Amino acid sequence: MESALLVHRLHFAFTVTYHYLFPQLTMGLALLIVWLKTMALWKKDERYNSAARFWAKIFGINFVMGVITGIPMEFQFGTNWSHFSRFAGGVIGQTLAMEGLFAFFLESTFLGLFLYGEKRLSPKLHWFAAFMVFAGSWLSGYFIVATDAWMQHPVGYEKLANGTVMVNSFWHLVLNPWALWQYAHNMSGAVITGSFVMTAIGAYYLLSKKHVDQAQIFIRTGIAAGLVFSFLQLFPTGDGQGRMIAHEQPVTLAAMEALYNTQPGAPLLIMGQPNSHSGTIDNPLAVPKMLSFLTYKRWNAEVKGLNAFPKEDWPDNIPLLYYSYHIMVGLGTIFITVMLVSAFLLWRKKLFDARWMLWILMLSAPFPYIANIAGWMTAELGRQPWLVYGLMRTAEGYSKMVSAGNGWFTLLGFMGMYTVLSILFLFLVYREIEHGPVSVPVPEKFTKEAAVAAAH
Amino acid sequence: MPTLWFLIVALMLVAYVVLDGFDLGAGAIHLIVGRNDAERSTVIRTIGPVWDGNEVWLLAAGGALYFAFPQLYASAFSGFYLPLMMVLWLLMLRAIGIEFRVHSTSPVWKGFFDTIFSAGSILLAIFYGAALGNVVRGVPLNSDGYFFLALWTNWRVGPNPGILDWYTVLSGVVALVALTVHGGLYVTAKTEGTLNERARKVVSLLWPLLALVTVFSLIATIWIRPDVLTNYKAAPLGYLIPLLVFGSLIALFFYHAKGKEKAAFFCSCLYLAGMLGGAAFAMYPNLLASSSNAANNLTIANSVTGSYGMKVALRWWLVGIIIAIGYFAFLYRMFRGKVATAVGDGHGY
Repeated sequence: MESALLVHRLHFAFTVTYHYLFPQLTMGLALLIVWLKTMALWKKDERYNSAARFWAKIFGINFVMGVITGIPMEFQFGTNWSHFSRFAGGVIGQTLAMEGLFAFFLESTFLGLFLYGEKRLSPKLHWFAAFMVFAGSWLSGYFIVATDAWMQHPVGYEKLANGTVMVNSFWHLVLNPWALWQYAHNMSGAVITGSFVMTAIGAYYLLSKKHVDQAQIFIRTGIAAGLVFSFLQLFPTGDGQGRMIAHEQPVTLAAMEALYNTQPGAPLLIMGQPNSHSGTIDNPLAVPKMLSFLTYKRWNAEVKGLNAFPKEDWPDNIPLLYYSYHIMVGLGTIFITVMLVSAFLLWRKKLFDARWMLWILMLSAPFPYIANIAGWMTAELGRQPWLVYGLMRTAEGYSKMVSAGNGWFTLLGFMGMYTVLSILFLFLVYREIEHGPVSVPVPEKFTKEAAVAAAH
Repeated sequence: MPTLWFLIVALMLVAYVVLDGFDLGAGAIHLIVGRNDAERSTVIRTIGPVWDGNEVWLLAAGGALYFAFPQLYASAFSGFYLPLMMVLWLLMLRAIGIEFRVHSTSPVWKGFFDTIFSAGSILLAIFYGAALGNVVRGVPLNSDGYFFLALWTNWRVGPNPGILDWYTVLSGVVALVALTVHGGLYVTAKTEGTLNERARKVVSLLWPLLALVTVFSLIATIWIRPDVLTNYKAAPLGYLIPLLVFGSLIALFFYHAKGKEKAAFFCSCLYLAGMLGGAAFAMYPNLLASSSNAANNLTIANSVTGSYGMKVALRWWLVGIIIAIGYFAFLYRMFRGKVATAVGDGHGY
């Protein structure tokens, strides 16, 4: 039975991790595309439209990937986690069904109009289609985060006679305080991915001296959004999320910091390897008293260590949780630095000639993906050993009727399928980037005819 | 209230089968009616802007099933583990086929993606039919309300069947033929010229087969599960449903012969709705019948969530479904009329 639990956990972890490579970019890009379309309308500048058109193509490819890798997620609640579904379906089924009804229909309708309807729609209607795609993808994100938030911090439910749970307060479920912080933090993370990718491609074009007009727009837009959201990621969203964990899941906080012993004035670890044999950190590099301050706003506040909690409530993979959390925070700090330096250079009008900085921006693109995935790993590993915090343990939730052998069969199948998908995806995205935004001469005066001509 | 949600889930599934059904059918005849790149591209353009939205009905129906009848969702999804995973892979392959065909320029790869798209569509149609066959036949539910089915055992309908036995294979064939006719009528209504003629021919050829397998499957169903007639005997008004099935099948033939493309397609929609509605009517109040012990049946009463959940969900569901229908009306209106045969980008705008 032990190995069946493992394979079902790996099954979900693998498919959801792969899936989330795509929505984090599309949710972030959706906002930036609305921004580009707004600038095009407002400044009557056709360059913004061609920039938006280029990103719409990248968006479209990523969106399709998000859809095809997203359908298996809803299925897996039933296929691989049926005991959990039977227990919690009366609650989380609500948010998942709302996502389908309110977000998916909206997205599928307006995406087609946005991607292929530019020639048919007026500029304002096309802006509206872009806005609806943004609204749909962010709404979709909210329902998913609200679902996860209920598993992290169950609210608005009651137990039924048959041992399952049912929602008893719709608004408590939908406005779960955990969901609000988690959503803010998560969406800010998505915008960071979008900004870094947009900046990176701008940097690539500048370095290769191609599509200079659009590249400068990419970089300006990317850095503006990247700077704002890198800070928002730290404060207030990251801070709020952290304090919520300290309050609701203190054992998780202790495990994230690998803090074994309760102590006043607990240090914040920058680096070091948790040693579960001795209950200490090997090769620690720490800021004294910082953890106490960040958590409770007092330098000498007492932070509870793992030893203060029963061992069966400890997250079951403390080192991985610790590393996920530290990778996320470390990268978040680097993002702020990179964006600050770029913004400074941009302000001094030196960025477009600073090749070293363009190289850094170009090579930074993968890191927000790593940070976002590490963030989700922190949330989900931190929730262990619970599937629904305090209500159902992970070991109770998987499909008891599906053997490890069948689980491995489909997990390997997904791995093969996703390998093929990755190859196709990279090939297509590479081709779009090489093709680039089609440069158009800037018309003397922005007219409808010019816009139509540009669209062809 | 549970009955209302039974109806809602059934309606959404019917909407899915009727809508995505023609996407699958168009895919099934894709390689036959489209002989060159321009024609195949046109077939894809007939479903280009809508297939994605049509598929959302599956997710929306799944979501409604999930919260309204969590026990059924848990039991059926884990019990049908292997075929559902394969359905997922096929849905992926099909989406890859459509989307990547649009983006590829090499004829070699276009052919490859065409084949993937068509094969995925055909297999999905068969799988959906077999799935419905499994639900009608019943599965070996244990006293906890769970089961697990291998893909096949001895191909017989017994207390320990596999996913595939002669009955569910028959259901799969019925679904494939029905959806091919459905897709053929759709392509007929959406195209002109040679494509239109070829799609017409497919429908004309397959209609007698469809009538034949429909009768066969009806007889087979009554033979393996005589209790499907219980509800019909109790409420004879229910006999209108099989009447609707055969009525629409015959009307389909006449409209098709007269070249009334839209009316024929509409009959095909009615036929599919009647087939599914008839099955749902026969099953009620069971959601999933046990093949071994009727005491283990999953019924709407023992699978349902609490009443507050159903009440509150009804409010947002009504709002959501009205908006969704609005989107669909808008989308299909934007996309009304025939698609001209031309080398295009695969999307119909």
